[in-house]
Amino acid sequence: MMLDDFLLRAALAAVGTAVAAGLLGCFVVWRRMAYFGDATAHAAVLGVALALLFGTSITLGVGIIALCMAVLIHSLSGQGVAVDTILGVLAHGALALGLVAVTLVPGQRIDLDAYLFGDVLSVTRGDLAVIWGGGVLLVGVLWWQWSAMLTATLNPDLAHAAGINPRRQQLILTVLVAAVVAVAIKVVGALLITALLIIPAASARSFASTPERMAFFAMAIGALSALGGLRLAVHFDTQVGPSIICVAVLIFAVSRVGKYLPRLPV
Amino acid sequence: MRLIDARHIDFGHGGQRVLQNVSMSLDEGEIVTIVGPNGSGKSTLLRLLIGALKPQKGSVTRASGLRIGYVPQNLHIDPTLPITVARFLNLPKPVPATAATEALRTAGVAGLDRQQMSQLSGGQFQRVLLARAILANPHVLMLDEATQGLDQPGSAAFYRQIAAVRQDLGCAVLMVSHELHVVMSASDRVICLNGHICCEGTPEVVTAAPAYRELFGTGTGGALALYRHEHDHDHGHDHSHHHPEAAE
Repeated sequence: MMLDDFLLRAALAAVGTAVAAGLLGCFVVWRRMAYFGDATAHAAVLGVALALLFGTSITLGVGIIALCMAVLIHSLSGQGVAVDTILGVLAHGALALGLVAVTLVPGQRIDLDAYLFGDVLSVTRGDLAVIWGGGVLLVGVLWWQWSAMLTATLNPDLAHAAGINPRRQQLILTVLVAAVVAVAIKVVGALLITALLIIPAASARSFASTPERMAFFAMAIGALSALGGLRLAVHFDTQVGPSIICVAVLIFAVSRVGKYLPRLPV
Repeated sequence: MRLIDARHIDFGHGGQRVLQNVSMSLDEGEIVTIVGPNGSGKSTLLRLLIGALKPQKGSVTRASGLRIGYVPQNLHIDPTLPITVARFLNLPKPVPATAATEALRTAGVAGLDRQQMSQLSGGQFQRVLLARAILANPHVLMLDEATQGLDQPGSAAFYRQIAAVRQDLGCAVLMVSHELHVVMSASDRVICLNGHICCEGTPEVVTAAPAYRELFGTGTGGALALYRHEHDHDHGHDHSHHHPEAAE
């Protein structure tokens, strides 16, 4: 059976996550939600601790805590509070609490590295089902909400005038970010999830003239980074998650340089 | 037909009362201008009327199925978001390419389809916003300080465009402005706002109203130059520091 090959499973998991994150990442970049993504991702460590304490699945624990965090920030941002500082408090508070809580879990010592930097080489077929199921769901929701989401992203009042509720659109994005965090923790770990969201999207910006093209390029660059990073990790025996991000950063650097190339006199 | 009816609206944020007991309505085909000093709640009122804000007291009723063509004060498009004019015009609903071309021509910016929104000049940008508003085939065009950032000839040209568009579509127009001299001459009705409605009526009535004069002084009387000359009657005080030519 092909899926028995752990490298193939790792590749499928990494590509699935990176494609979903690349697409969602466009909105994170356009709406300047990078810090928000960070806060949600850091809270994931708390989710890991709670999942281990209660003996539930990690994805479920992370998903629930990430969702709570995301919704909390969403409701705070609606009240005109300056969220920047609160985000910082919540993000690092949740991370610290999570790190403390993990050490309190009875039984064998937990390998935290797997949750901070990902452990894609150990994904199971069940993990794959969750990743690809979640990815398809995310693409489906964004496809369905695309125009409304773009309009709300451009300007909330423009959305209102067209009968679209921008708060509702923001809530949908919030939930999707939480879902990506829950899925991506296995692949790149809590500390690098935001990178997987914003770097492919930021690289895609250089090539795109419309939002749709940028989304498409972001997904492609995400997939390329995932495969390249995995290859690199196998070759040099490095950690997969950080290797994926390194490749993404390299593509970003090339895209920035490449942007100026056509203007050079030949 | 009544398009929008606002009754006894109160609105405030952070303990600060912005609007108090404001009632106003907009009928089919009317051109209404809301004027008022900075911080008088003009934009807030407009946002209440489109439903972006909910009044804390009172009610806003919009005719069912009301289509609003909204031109915001200034739309900042994040530089990370690439979008062509053509794509922008197709949000949130796709429109036929011919309609988009036509709307751009009506708004006075034909042929910009393939440009990036971020590369437009201030005047072009506002006209593209206007084109997008037209495409909704609106019952009412709402403009919130739509000429901010344009120079005087630019904003005068923009308002001429609005008048032409309104002739074409027959829609109502509701504008917010502090540029009295340009907007008032074209309005059926002017509402003078400063947290509450100070006075309202035809441009002549409003400019003659004591409440209006208290807010704007007679220095802005140039607004009515199209109607009558400010010096035709005596205000019983010295004109020298607010002579129309000297104003601004």
